[in-house]
Amino acid sequence: MRIEDCSFCGRPAYPSKGITFVRNDGKSFRFCRSKCNRNYKMKRNPRKLKWTKAYRRNAGKEMTVDSTLQFAQRRNEPVRYDRDLVNKTMAAIKRVSEIRARRERVFYKKRMAGKREKELAIARKLVAENEHLLPRLRGSEKKRLAELAAQGVEVAPEEELLSTRKNTVKAFGGEQRRLKVRVDGGVEEVVNTFRDEDGEEEEEEEEDDVDMED
Amino acid sequence: MKTTWKDIPPVPTQQEFLDIVLSRTQRKLPTQIRAGFKISRIRAFYTRKVKFTQETFSDKFASILDSFPRLQDIHPFHKDLLNTLYDADHFKIALGQMSTAKHLVETISRDYVRLLKYAQSLYQCKQLKRAALGRMATLVKRLKDPLLYLDQVRQHLGRLPAIDPNTRTLLICGYPNVGKSSFLRSITRADVDVQPYAFTTKSLFVGHFDYKYLRFQAIDTPGILDHPLEEMNTIEMQSITAIAHLRSAIMYFMDLSEQCGYSVQAQIQLFRSIKPLFSNKLVFLVVNKIDITRPEDLSPELQAELQTILKAGEVEMLQLSCNTLEGVQEVKNAACERLLAERVNQKLKAGTTSSGAIGGRLAEVMARIHVAQPMGGAAPETFIPEAVKNKKKYDKDDPDRPRLAKDVEVENGGAGVYNVDMRADWMLKNPEWKYDKMPEIFDGKNVYDYVDPDIEAKLAALEEEEERLEQEGFYESDEDIEDDEEAEIMRKAELIREKQQLIRNEARMKKRLKNQAIIPRKFVKKPLSEMEDALDTLGVDTTDIAERARATAITRGRGRSLSRLGTADADSMDVDTPKTDRQRLRSLSRPASRHPVSRRDEGVQDVATRSKAERIAKLNQKRMNRMARQGEADRHTSASLTKHLVAGKRGIGKTNRR
Repeated sequence: MRIEDCSFCGRPAYPSKGITFVRNDGKSFRFCRSKCNRNYKMKRNPRKLKWTKAYRRNAGKEMTVDSTLQFAQRRNEPVRYDRDLVNKTMAAIKRVSEIRARRERVFYKKRMAGKREKELAIARKLVAENEHLLPRLRGSEKKRLAELAAQGVEVAPEEELLSTRKNTVKAFGGEQRRLKVRVDGGVEEVVNTFRDEDGEEEEEEEEDDVDMED
Repeated sequence: MKTTWKDIPPVPTQQEFLDIVLSRTQRKLPTQIRAGFKISRIRAFYTRKVKFTQETFSDKFASILDSFPRLQDIHPFHKDLLNTLYDADHFKIALGQMSTAKHLVETISRDYVRLLKYAQSLYQCKQLKRAALGRMATLVKRLKDPLLYLDQVRQHLGRLPAIDPNTRTLLICGYPNVGKSSFLRSITRADVDVQPYAFTTKSLFVGHFDYKYLRFQAIDTPGILDHPLEEMNTIEMQSITAIAHLRSAIMYFMDLSEQCGYSVQAQIQLFRSIKPLFSNKLVFLVVNKIDITRPEDLSPELQAELQTILKAGEVEMLQLSCNTLEGVQEVKNAACERLLAERVNQKLKAGTTSSGAIGGRLAEVMARIHVAQPMGGAAPETFIPEAVKNKKKYDKDDPDRPRLAKDVEVENGGAGVYNVDMRADWMLKNPEWKYDKMPEIFDGKNVYDYVDPDIEAKLAALEEEEERLEQEGFYESDEDIEDDEEAEIMRKAELIREKQQLIRNEARMKKRLKNQAIIPRKFVKKPLSEMEDALDTLGVDTTDIAERARATAITRGRGRSLSRLGTADADSMDVDTPKTDRQRLRSLSRPASRHPVSRRDEGVQDVATRSKAERIAKLNQKRMNRMARQGEADRHTSASLTKHLVAGKRGIGKTNRR
């Protein structure tokens, strides 16, 4: 028994999973799931489908050239069993996969290098051009605050108010905690807060209601 | 090299020749010229005729020339044979005439084609063509004799026996009536005519036979008389040609009984006179009719004379009698044996250089020949190992008998229970490992893919590389420091994107018609509150604006104030003030209060009637819809045909042009 790679998408196809197709010239194809089988039957080219390994390799999204990739190989000459050799091999598997994971992380880092700068540049431009779309204090709110200030109540400056408002909105969203693996092997916890999609929709509905009342 | 000419196509007579060519021209080319052909087309028409005729003539001549043998290309034997039979000069002249005719025809055609270019009329063209074809025909007519001659030659050539000048050949020659043909008959299956008169055989005859699985040909020649070459006739010359040119064993037949009508003396004399032709050839003196006279029976003088011929050692005397068949096979075998030996000898001589080394084709042949001798001829001794010699016969009752797998099976529960231990015979470095269990899959990887005798070296190399990379700083990562300003920008961008998406969605919602009529924008009523809200979001204080707008708004229906009552004078007279155009129009038009009348709704009193009408209409439509029939809505006016275009007899002109 062995774990074969899917002939279409390249995912591992575990024993008892998927379908094997043997063409009449003797070449056999192992498909990890019916999705791959169907796509193969439809004569789709896996190099053109973004979800396949073939595409990712072709598009340079994955590490294809590395010395760690040369360890696993189908050798067609049988090797007589040797306990020491197998023990060494098991140790090697662990070590190689460790190194490989590390290198893949570096590879990803390098591939993503400069992405943040690009995003930042786009964001700067967007903000510069669309400042008018940023949330502002409502006229009525301003008036109320001015009145309060006149009465002698302490009122926070406008920016602070706006940012706090934003935070209140965040109540719709959630928090995502994930472990981020550093290149040097360390692990760091990253907390990502986000707004939920449902929250937005709810807000929209409320607005619609107001219109109808009018 | 060609030795037979049985496949020469027939040579037509001049009349047939002409018929073939001219009818071919007629058949293969267009024959009609119509009124209105341009002169260039007519010229091309006739040029083509002339050229085609010439090509056909040339083809025919060429095929005749090709099919006949060229004297300089064939074996000297055949060349001489043709010369004696058909006269080489005559033959060459005939072929030469063909060739000249071919050339002349081509010249004629070229000339007339040139002339045709300048022909002014159909008539001129036609006359030129006639002239050209006529001249070609005249040429061919003059070839009557050579064509006839060639056809005869062809017929005769086809009937000549197939003589291969290079194969193993026995050539039988001698005076007429000495028994040459009888010998041929007795050794081969050739059906040669044998008659008791001279010159029964008038040409060469060939018979074939096998000796030692090799094919031999025996050639029977016509008899030769003893007179100078110049005086010999065609029949004799054939014999002479064969004797002179064929690589063969010559069997000179003699009749010692003198029944043939020629004395022994004359026969010996003939042998002497044609002896120059026998150079480099095997010669046998074959004495025929020994049932009547043997050489021993001859007078001593004649015997002595015979011996002089044989003395040189090159000539061997053989004896036979075709009548009693005595000695026939012996003679044949002896001659063949000698001939074979001679030929092998010649080949060896040809292949050997003066120094004795084998070269050329012979070397190739020798290289291919290998005589195998197993073990140099020695008989091998059988070798039986001691262990085999001492082996005892298996006996199941013997307590010391060898243990078999069957015994093991019985000890371990018998068939169906016992399982053969496949691992027991594994050959491993350490026998303790035999029953180890090795995982096939580990950490989602196929372990066997990693099993590699030199894994250690490879892993070490990898570690080394890893260390190097570590030192080079391959793994160092620059921590992404989040700047406050950057974070703020990103946050703002996020807000803007959200807002933009909202705007987009709203626009999309608005755009979607959902089966509603398109209402022009100015008729869409927007509540004041909407404007107020919009301005408020923009941060404008709307209190004043809203108040002002409410104050100036026109209320529908009756106003609450009674100001009109107060100001208008009830008793004042109605005055017809002159009206503007616009006012007049307004007075005639439908008042705004009345709805526009739909034809659907007219004539229907109330809602109940309306719905009933609708129901009935739907019901009526139902069947139509189900059958996909044509309904009220499908009314169609087909294009009517225009009378003048379809009716009446047709005159001149096209369908769409009348």
